[in-house]
Amino acid sequence: MTDEPDHDPTTKRLGFFFWLCVGFIALVVLLALIANLLPLPDPTFQNYSAPQNAGPGWGHLLGTDDLNRDIFSRLIFGSRVSLVVGFGSALIGMLIGGVPAMISAYRRGRTDTFLNTTSYVLLAFPALIGVIAIGEFWGHQLWKITLVIGIFSAPLIFRVVRASTLSYATRDFVMAAKALGASDRRILAREILPNILPTVVSFGLIVVATLIVLEGTLAFLGLSVPPPTPSWGNMLNEGSSLLAGGKGQTNPWLVIFPAGAMFLLLFSLNVVADRLRSYFDVTEVKL
Amino acid sequence: MGRYIAKRAVLLLVIIFFVSVASFFLVHLLPGNPAVTILGPNDTPQNAAILNHQLGLDKPLFQQYFIWIGHVLRGNLGQSYTTHQTTASILGQSFPIDLELIVISQLIAFAVAFPMAITASRRPNRLFDQVSNSSTFAMLALPPFVIAPVLVLLFAVHWHVFPGPASYVPLSQGLWTNLHAMILPSIVVAMGSVVVYFRLLRNDLIATLQEDFITMARSKGLTDRRIMWRHALRPSSVSLLASVGITVGGLIAGLFVVESLLQLPGLGYQLIAAINQDDYTVVQGITLVVAVSVVLINFVFDFLFTIVDPRIARD
Repeated sequence: MTDEPDHDPTTKRLGFFFWLCVGFIALVVLLALIANLLPLPDPTFQNYSAPQNAGPGWGHLLGTDDLNRDIFSRLIFGSRVSLVVGFGSALIGMLIGGVPAMISAYRRGRTDTFLNTTSYVLLAFPALIGVIAIGEFWGHQLWKITLVIGIFSAPLIFRVVRASTLSYATRDFVMAAKALGASDRRILAREILPNILPTVVSFGLIVVATLIVLEGTLAFLGLSVPPPTPSWGNMLNEGSSLLAGGKGQTNPWLVIFPAGAMFLLLFSLNVVADRLRSYFDVTEVKL
Repeated sequence: MGRYIAKRAVLLLVIIFFVSVASFFLVHLLPGNPAVTILGPNDTPQNAAILNHQLGLDKPLFQQYFIWIGHVLRGNLGQSYTTHQTTASILGQSFPIDLELIVISQLIAFAVAFPMAITASRRPNRLFDQVSNSSTFAMLALPPFVIAPVLVLLFAVHWHVFPGPASYVPLSQGLWTNLHAMILPSIVVAMGSVVVYFRLLRNDLIATLQEDFITMARSKGLTDRRIMWRHALRPSSVSLLASVGITVGGLIAGLFVVESLLQLPGLGYQLIAAINQDDYTVVQGITLVVAVSVVLINFVFDFLFTIVDPRIARD
């Protein structure tokens, strides 16, 4: 076979764009972590010596909002809310939805039927309304919002993890492990988990993006972490209420910057998830 | 098929029961006491006790649930503690707005997604297909609360193409003024659906166009147009149809965002107003009606899906 092309057609590459998006997510996470160490004004500081609703410039990199606060600083500190809710809730959802899903799909039986039906029933309830109602009763602190959104993401995660566990639970290598006398815990952790991990991780990133959107929507409606704590959603809410014209002032930058930041973060998460999915998807490899 | 539908109907009843219990109890977890809100300055422990008794709020919760569900089944959703409007009349006023937004947005979504998918699937992976694929992928990262303020900023505040917030006029007071105010919010609501419809239809069309019966039709000398409309489109629309039910449920976030941004007095706007005033019964009524509608819409489309593609019911 001398005329075989010199590159192996089965090797797939993630590509430059994938790493660019990974880099952007890493940058947002890094800035959120070290925000306190950066030479930024306090995001809640109303600086009356600074102009109100100023455009981007040297003094304030991305301008100031209607309460004379620095938009750049609010953007950096505001990313914390999205990141904590996105990754935190997804993690909670994995723990209370994903782990039972693996056990349930592996053992089958009545518990599985019961949990499966329950997940259907829970999924039918529109999450947005549920989160709004519980948030109203319980409060809007960051950890409470994260926990509630995590609980509402559990049935969805349950369904995906269950489906992918089912596709491995009766494979020959699992049977072989069973025949060798491996414990259920070992089979789940050593045989099944590594196989479903790629699917779970790429789906998990989609879940993170979805949950960031859910929190953003709540914040936009004024039903998430209350002001003056900055979040991209409540910045958009403030920018939008100025658009409504009630205060006789507008500040397009207070819409453009948080909207742009949100778009880039969600876009990067989607790209990374999509590339990972096709990277690990064996059926797409041309043999 | 009959057994399958019966099974789904039982599940539907279970879900609706659960939804009603959840709407009832979620609302009783809300903060604040309606008696305090209604009494305002007249709030004394005695007055509060009398009012709580009149409103039935002193009975055990489960008893309150059965009283409430009995009223609901007879079409009585209670009345607002603050404005004394009945919840049913609030729903009657605001539901048409949501219905109109849903209908217009879905028409827009189909009008954009169908031609786009048909053109893209004719030449997969060529320029048009790649451009539409990447642009719909980018739209996935533009949820309503991000895109709505940007569109309002551009088209209402900057260019004055569409009216700004608080310019809603009921349909009865002028078709054009009403439609003019509804176009911008409908576009926002439509964007998510365009992505879903385009991707499903494009993928299914590409798969269908490679099947033997299409090759057969080609070899008979049928035109591309005829093959597309008469042979390929119907078998490719199955998953699209199945997704409509789920998509309509997913429109809630978009509806709430545009209603709150543009001050359209739809269900989302009323729900948030009621929450801010601790108006228990209105919150309860709206939560119940929205949740049950979503469940019913999903059920109906599920049912339609089994008629178009009977293979589903055999699993």
